[in-house]
Amino acid sequence: MGIFQLFSKDKQETLDKGLERTKTSVFAKLSRAVAGKSKVDDEVLDNLEEVLVTSDVGIETTLRIIERIEKRAARDKYIGTAELNTILKEEIAALLSESNQETAMDFEAEIEHKPYVIMVVGVNGVGKTTTIGKLAYQFKKAGKTVYLGAADTFRAAAVEQLVIWGERVGVPVIKQQMGSDPASVAFDTLTSAKANNADVIIIDTAGRLHNKVNLMNELTKIKNVMQKVVPNAPHEVLLVLDGSTGQNAFEQARQFTKTTQVTALAITKLDGTAKGGVVIGISDQFHIPVRYIGLGERMEDLQLFDKDKFVETLFEQH
Amino acid sequence: MFENLSDRLERSFKILKGQGTITEINVAETLKEIRKALIDADVNYKVAKTFTDEVKKKALGQNVLTSLQPGQLMVKIVHDELAELMGGSSVDVNLKGSPAVILMSGLQGSGKTTFSGKLANLLKSKRGKNPLLVACDVYRPAAIEQLKIIGSQVNVPVYSEEGNLNAVQIAQNAVKFAKQNNHDLVIIDTAGRLAIDEQMMKEIANIKAAVNPQETLFVVDSMTGQDAVNTAKEFNDRLNFDGVILTKLDGDTRGGAALSIRSVVTKPIKFVGTGEKMDALDTFYPERMADRILGMGDIVSFVERAQEMYDEEESRRLSKKLAKNQFDFNDFLSQLQQIKKMGNLKDIASMIPGVGKALKDVDLDESVFKTTEAIIHSMTPFERERPDIMTGTRRQRIANGSGTSIQEVNRLLKQFDDMRKMMKMVSQNKVPGRKK
Ligand SMILES: Nc1nc2c(ncn2[C@@H]2O[C@H](COP(=O)(O)OP(=O)(O)OP(=O)(O)O)[C@@H](O)[C@H]2O)c(=O)[nH]1
Ligand SMILES: Nc1nc2c(ncn2[C@@H]2O[C@H](COP(=O)(O)OP(=O)(O)OP(=O)(O)O)[C@@H](O)[C@H]2O)c(=O)[nH]1
Ligand SMILES: [Mg+2]
Ligand SMILES: [Mg+2]
Repeated sequence: MGIFQLFSKDKQETLDKGLERTKTSVFAKLSRAVAGKSKVDDEVLDNLEEVLVTSDVGIETTLRIIERIEKRAARDKYIGTAELNTILKEEIAALLSESNQETAMDFEAEIEHKPYVIMVVGVNGVGKTTTIGKLAYQFKKAGKTVYLGAADTFRAAAVEQLVIWGERVGVPVIKQQMGSDPASVAFDTLTSAKANNADVIIIDTAGRLHNKVNLMNELTKIKNVMQKVVPNAPHEVLLVLDGSTGQNAFEQARQFTKTTQVTALAITKLDGTAKGGVVIGISDQFHIPVRYIGLGERMEDLQLFDKDKFVETLFEQH
Repeated sequence: MFENLSDRLERSFKILKGQGTITEINVAETLKEIRKALIDADVNYKVAKTFTDEVKKKALGQNVLTSLQPGQLMVKIVHDELAELMGGSSVDVNLKGSPAVILMSGLQGSGKTTFSGKLANLLKSKRGKNPLLVACDVYRPAAIEQLKIIGSQVNVPVYSEEGNLNAVQIAQNAVKFAKQNNHDLVIIDTAGRLAIDEQMMKEIANIKAAVNPQETLFVVDSMTGQDAVNTAKEFNDRLNFDGVILTKLDGDTRGGAALSIRSVVTKPIKFVGTGEKMDALDTFYPERMADRILGMGDIVSFVERAQEMYDEEESRRLSKKLAKNQFDFNDFLSQLQQIKKMGNLKDIASMIPGVGKALKDVDLDESVFKTTEAIIHSMTPFERERPDIMTGTRRQRIANGSGTSIQEVNRLLKQFDDMRKMMKMVSQNKVPGRKK
């Protein structure tokens, strides 16, 4: 039996219509539901559930948020359109801020440790190498000397890709041949950067699925080797998450945190229609701040994470 | 201990009575759980809702002949429906045409370039094709170099035009080149693109128009979340693609995107990617995917086993006897055997949601069956049919014959009697009161 028999014709049409991209903001929809009512009713909450779940926030976190809204509504008695708007943003942002107290590291800011070593990790194809190119661009623009290490020695042309980014941005890339030991590349990079008095070192690593134990252990080894050159390295372990990834991002965060003590998150590809809502729950549960977002494929397409703006875009439809 | 056994029997007699049907009320909780499981697995919110609503409609009124509870049967129905929905007729790639042209499409990083290499490798080694890989990603740093390395890994030549930024032209030239050089298959790798990137979507539509491929494939990351529906729909609207490739299934994602995509686009999933190496691809198995998405495999296999073992004829006969209070030791024995046939008792019991935990510390020893069976076997045929004629001498003889004690025989008889009363009530639709 095919889909057409399963979804009766009108059902299929509603589904299609529902998925159509509209310009109406979800707030408009929510506002209509709340207009003239003295409390947040089920219709509003249903709408809210839909908005959050379709932004990949996940059932559990969605229910938490709804609970918080309900509590607020009970306490504040009357919630008008404008208030609902504000309350929603506040409550969601609160989940993010609870783990996100530090202000995002400004590219201009003084470097605390010199050289400041950032190791970039994540599953395949999420945008690690591209994010590194963008970061290098930002740090360099802020007047810092940057070194890149091509420790993805596995994927076809991964080294060449990083080298091209290095040329684009105008920063040196330390590399070895494809197939060489990634830990040794990291070692070389730190040694060379240190000798040249670099401010920031960013190490690219091969994409790896978090359920592959051997590949995960390789990250530990890279970390350990780096500490032989720079005692506290890496100062930052940046986990890159693809903004279009669903609930599996939770497992990614869990496993990468377990092996490499992730200190910050970057969410990429938010220039698409995906919302990346899963980071709300992740940030809340693992107490890792979201630091950067990727908004395109050019070197300028990176921003420091702004949680108010992020929450706002959750409620915008394309 | 015997308590457990009679619980089991009580349950199985609920089945036997065949009076259970799927109603709104008795599956409401289960449906909620199923919908939650689907959303947790990244099935799109609306798709999950529509899917469970439609499946429920189809299931309402269905007789729960064999399942232990309507909810369990519901899980199984959903599972089968999922598998059916994701299964497709044609899964093969169309290789007609000289050369046959296959065009890759998809979001950034989904695995197009890697899959191009895998497919070239497969069709070369298994179908005797002479493929040509074409590098039409003129944007991503080192994209051409990546395809070249992959080509060399699988021993397939790569057509590229360094410096030419016109992907449409490159594709056209590549097809010409293939014709001149006896390539009967052309696989075109393209740049990753967002569905809302108008310019890039036009580009790939133009490539398609220019080379008129036999197969346009949509390559999608199996970890994709709610947005899968938007992307798949948009790419399909633009390209009317022929099939879907689901990559990175070697991870632990539940892969609900597969269902979401099938719900908005009636195109088969042709292959799955299961690793980074060139031989890491597989055909798509809808059953496995349904298991993976729903994640209630234990219930599904439990219902399946129950259905396999269930003898409808026998049940009808028994339920009649029950109603007339003619249930005897022969029937009891045959019930015991049915349960035993279903496999290890503890295994089976632990598959029932809620029971598993409760049973954890209970010593559910199969030897309880042995004693019970031994006692029944030591009865004469007459005694088995007439449980009420057990005199003291008969009991003693049975105890001796079965190597048990008279106390054990007495206990069985007492419990059998209780059970018969209880089952009679159940069969008359009276809810049995809690035993003291
Ligand atoms: N639209 C968009 N594309 C992005 C963004 N970040 C990265 N990409 C694209 O995503 C694809 C994969 O990016 P990479 O940087 O190669 O990803 P990676 O994590 O290094 O991949 P592996 O090393 O293979 O695991 C490329 O086509 C990038 O151009 C972003 O923020 N927006
Ligand atoms: N584990 C695993 N990794 C895969 C699979 N398919 C592709 N990859 C990896 O995913 C990453 C991205 O793959 P690519 O083939 O470069 O993806 P793409 O779609 O060509 O990317 P763009 O050209 O940037 O859009 C690479 O690290 C691949 O090795 C798969 O089935 N399993
Ligand atoms: Mg990379
Ligand atoms: Mg590619």
